[in-house]
Amino acid sequence: MLAGSRAWRLAVWAVVLPLFAVLYGLPIAVIVLASLARTWNGALPGEFTLLHYAEAFRSDSLDALVTSLMTGAIASTAALACGTWAALALRRRVRLPARLLEAVFFVPSAVPSVSVGLGLLVAFSQPPFLLNGTRAIVLIAHFVLVFAFTFGNVTAGLARVPAECEQIAESLGARPFYRLRRVTLPLLTPYLIAAFSLSFALSMGELGATIMVYPPGWVTMPVRIFALSDRGAIFDAATLTTILGVATLIVLTVLSRVSSRAMLR
Amino acid sequence: MADLAAHAVASPRPGRSFRAGLLWVVPPLLVLLVLFFYPLSLIVREALAPEGEGASLLHIETVLRSREFVSGLYHTVVIAGSATAGCLVLGFVLSLVIAFIPFPGAPIAGRLIDMIIALPTFLMTLAFTFIYGSAGLLNGLLVDAFHLEQPPVDFLYSQWGVILAEITVFTPFVMRPLLAAFSTIEPAQLEVASSLGARPFRVIRQIILPASLPALLAGGSLCLLLTVNEFGIVLFIGAKDVITLPMLVYAKAIQEFDYTSACVIAVVNVVLSLGLYGLYRAIISHFGGGNAGRV
Repeated sequence: MLAGSRAWRLAVWAVVLPLFAVLYGLPIAVIVLASLARTWNGALPGEFTLLHYAEAFRSDSLDALVTSLMTGAIASTAALACGTWAALALRRRVRLPARLLEAVFFVPSAVPSVSVGLGLLVAFSQPPFLLNGTRAIVLIAHFVLVFAFTFGNVTAGLARVPAECEQIAESLGARPFYRLRRVTLPLLTPYLIAAFSLSFALSMGELGATIMVYPPGWVTMPVRIFALSDRGAIFDAATLTTILGVATLIVLTVLSRVSSRAMLR
Repeated sequence: MADLAAHAVASPRPGRSFRAGLLWVVPPLLVLLVLFFYPLSLIVREALAPEGEGASLLHIETVLRSREFVSGLYHTVVIAGSATAGCLVLGFVLSLVIAFIPFPGAPIAGRLIDMIIALPTFLMTLAFTFIYGSAGLLNGLLVDAFHLEQPPVDFLYSQWGVILAEITVFTPFVMRPLLAAFSTIEPAQLEVASSLGARPFRVIRQIILPASLPALLAGGSLCLLLTVNEFGIVLFIGAKDVITLPMLVYAKAIQEFDYTSACVIAVVNVVLSLGLYGLYRAIISHFGGGNAGRV
């Protein structure tokens, strides 16, 4: 193998492990440490404090967390419904029109988020749709940005759902809608949960489109974190980033538990 | 981005009801038309024929010749190119070690990589402020150790800061397809090669590199797309002379209320991104989703 001699293997580890720790371990550790630091002048924080957290759960920041969680949940649910519908409609279609439509559904994932935001700003500041300054425009932005990923995940999941179960159900006389509800969707559940998780995580961290369209009363966590960091309150920014990260990871962990239970069933 | 390799699967004998009309696709298509393609078309219209003025290419020409735009395009290309090259090298080395010289903490490393993908990109920039900033960890250590007057490390608020942050954030997107590709290489093949006397570098060059070329191309083109579109990292670094296209769109629209210029720049940005996305899809479908690795 590549690791011929023991000395060579140790040498590789001696270079790569610290590199990995500095690149990926250190940044996360530093954010968490900073959220707990009262001052930080030398190599390590001077004193530790929970003051930043007390502040975070008292002020506008708590609103931002609730806003982000709601935005993520609503946008991802809508994207899941719409993406699953589209994926089911295009399932097992190999002719050119269907392939083109599939490409059309993927296009939003390639367009920069700031441009998506700009488009919504231009389109919904004029009739027939006047949505500028409402919460809906933020939800729409998040929906558009996560839609393609949901569609892609569900399409990939559908490809792995065994066709036999559905054929058996069909041969037993199950009507299409019944078959969809009782056979296809249950088999698809783990993939639906994975698709939802991915779009939820994306939505929680979304900044580019949100910062273009958000109204004053609907500030998401990333926008709030940027405002804090921009005015130099980097310890508070680190605290909110930690909370955002932990909230995202908790939701993802819970969903993956639910998903593996659904897999067992 | 699990999406991108989704291929329609030809079922040998689809049931008749599966063919029940392509019409079912209309509702989601309508939603996307109104919420995405209609706004996109208005950007193009605003760029070509600004509101209240007739259609003219004069405005486009003025924007495209402006120093801001040229410098924004230059920075976008340089940052995306350098960051992608960095991601490919770093991703290849890290994946090689994880796949072929597994170390005791490798599973933890894998979870860390997945976590980085799930977390927002600006986290890395914020962390860099604490590590490499003028009052950060590294400068603190160096100033203490060598009794310096000034913080010696000063690259963060330049394009190098952006490039380093992007390399860190997007390397996992290269590693996923690479690790998938490495897992398809027969271990016996590598053992035979090394027992015949091939040194590790020769094994890498002649066996591993060719086998992982599709994954490298797919990961690299995905990285180009992500780095061209990246906004959070550039915004958080906030260096005045590091302006990329998405950043310029934001500055024009939100800070200067110059929507027409913002739309012109957005059109260029979108065209560039769609081109890169086309490249990515072409690579995936040329090599087949399996070989290039799903992302």
